[in-house]
Amino acid sequence: MTDTLLSVRNLRVVYPGDDGEIAAVRNVSFTLGRERLGIVGESGSGKSTTGRAIMGLVAAPGRITADEMRLGDTDLTRLSEAGFRKLRGKRIAMVLQDPKYSLDPVMRVGDQIAETHRQHVRTGRKAARIAALEMLQAVQIRDPERVYDLYPHQVSGGMGQRIMIAMMLIAGPDILIADEPTSALDVTVQTQVLAIMDNLVRSRGMGLILVSHNLHLVSSFCDRVLVMYAGQVVETCAAGNLANATHPYTRGLLAALPELGHRRAELPQLQRDPAWLEDVA
Amino acid sequence: MLGRVYSAVRAFARLLGSVSLTFLGLTCVTFVIGRVIPIDPVLAIVGDKASNETYERVRLQLGLDKPLMVQYWTYLKKVVQGDFGNSVMTAHPVLTDLLHVFPATIELATLALVIGVVGGIPLGVYAAVNRGRWPDQIIRFVSLIGYSMPVFWLGLIGLLLFYAKLGWVEGPGRLDVGFDDIVPTVTGMLTVDSLWAGETEVFWNVMGHLILPASILGYISIATVARMTRSFMLSQLKQEYILAALAKGLSPARVVWVHALGNVWVQLITVIALTFGSLLEGAVLTETVFAWPGLGFYLKNSLFAADLNAVLGGTVLVGVVYIGLNMLSDVVYTLVDPRARGNS
Repeated sequence: MTDTLLSVRNLRVVYPGDDGEIAAVRNVSFTLGRERLGIVGESGSGKSTTGRAIMGLVAAPGRITADEMRLGDTDLTRLSEAGFRKLRGKRIAMVLQDPKYSLDPVMRVGDQIAETHRQHVRTGRKAARIAALEMLQAVQIRDPERVYDLYPHQVSGGMGQRIMIAMMLIAGPDILIADEPTSALDVTVQTQVLAIMDNLVRSRGMGLILVSHNLHLVSSFCDRVLVMYAGQVVETCAAGNLANATHPYTRGLLAALPELGHRRAELPQLQRDPAWLEDVA
Repeated sequence: MLGRVYSAVRAFARLLGSVSLTFLGLTCVTFVIGRVIPIDPVLAIVGDKASNETYERVRLQLGLDKPLMVQYWTYLKKVVQGDFGNSVMTAHPVLTDLLHVFPATIELATLALVIGVVGGIPLGVYAAVNRGRWPDQIIRFVSLIGYSMPVFWLGLIGLLLFYAKLGWVEGPGRLDVGFDDIVPTVTGMLTVDSLWAGETEVFWNVMGHLILPASILGYISIATVARMTRSFMLSQLKQEYILAALAKGLSPARVVWVHALGNVWVQLITVIALTFGSLLEGAVLTETVFAWPGLGFYLKNSLFAADLNAVLGGTVLVGVVYIGLNMLSDVVYTLVDPRARGNS
């Protein structure tokens, strides 16, 4: 964690609602170095929206504001849509949850990978194809030539997610946001896909933001963890230190986790405190 | 390799089976209509002043004394050979009549469909991308007019404005009397035939006659195609792969026109095939307003003349066209949707 790739201060994402604005993300601040940062939280806690906001991918009528949002020397708060476009895929990329839905069903997977390459590295068809084949190899696909010509419905979930990773890493971004990258996969291939992703991210010296609802996964895989609740970061700690978390929400979540070897008649239910909803910053 | 041939043969056999079944159902329906309609086929031929003997003789000739199943079998055998009997109105075999009028309809419907697709898809996409904003509102309003305005009214207003007042287009009919019988009939489609014969002057006259009815039918097709494209596009734009494509840094144009539209095509094929079907089935009103000697015009005249053979022949033709279009769209499906190609 030598240099800072991304720094975010007081990020807000608001949507207009019937009774004024609704903030999906409030006062979120963090920095990301060449490390693996986990963002955990329940559905609707704003963890995915945070990831999308960094890429400028919050669909209208949502609005993104921040006191500071900086990617290297680029000020994201002042960036135009065209500016974001140059940056997406090239400097920040995103892996989505389910390759069944996140790959275009009517385009060959190899062409989808090559497409990212051609978008950012202006090269010919042939060079892009070669780059895509190399990338397929990098995500440990055994027969890249054959897989290149397959369509998304012809590949398994694990292979699809590796193709997705290849598609997102081919232009060499600094940061990868992985939004529940293994939630749609079989348990057996989850670790395999995570390992492949981790290898690439480490060897390229990238920063990784792993968005997940899975506390176990995040604490074992990441260096640092942000815990989000109702659009805010309620706790930040080193992943190994999660057991010593102080916020009652985090403690409640940890207490509700079942453990192998410990038979408990009933898992404690998380008791929510309305006070958590108040602004922490 | 052998497996592929085998599966292709099997697919073809299945297609043939389903087509024959559909065809059987179709002839069954037309046959029953022919027996149920309160038109006496004998009377239509002999006239109401004929003697009882003549009546009885013609009745036997037509085989109407035989059991219904036998009659159906005879009918089916004839239909398969293209024999729909003679038209009372024209005294020609119905098939000859149909082959004569259908090219005129094909010509009109094809141009209308091209207008509908070329105009409707971009409008639908544009409306979807600008959902809720003024371009969307305008396009939706114009489409609404397109499919709620009676076509004969549009036709009459069109003739009044563009032919009578402005003189931009030619009037009713397929071409001016002076150009009759200049080009030899090859396909029956005058645009093709005139170009084939190298008669550009005839071609432009034909186009002058064709463009207004085709535009009016095309406008209605635009309305259908644009509306469906818009709604298909909206549902595609919500998909995750769109977000992924944006996250790759692609331009919105590429995301919409390559990725989303590529998937919209899959759904649009059925719409386009059905639109073409309904255009071919005889835009009866349009052909009547424009005195267009096509299938719709022919069917309308046969109905008014109680010319049963002609009506049933035309109905079978329309059915066959639908079956053919369905087969065609199945083939086109496999071109645009890899999932329809089966796993190989």
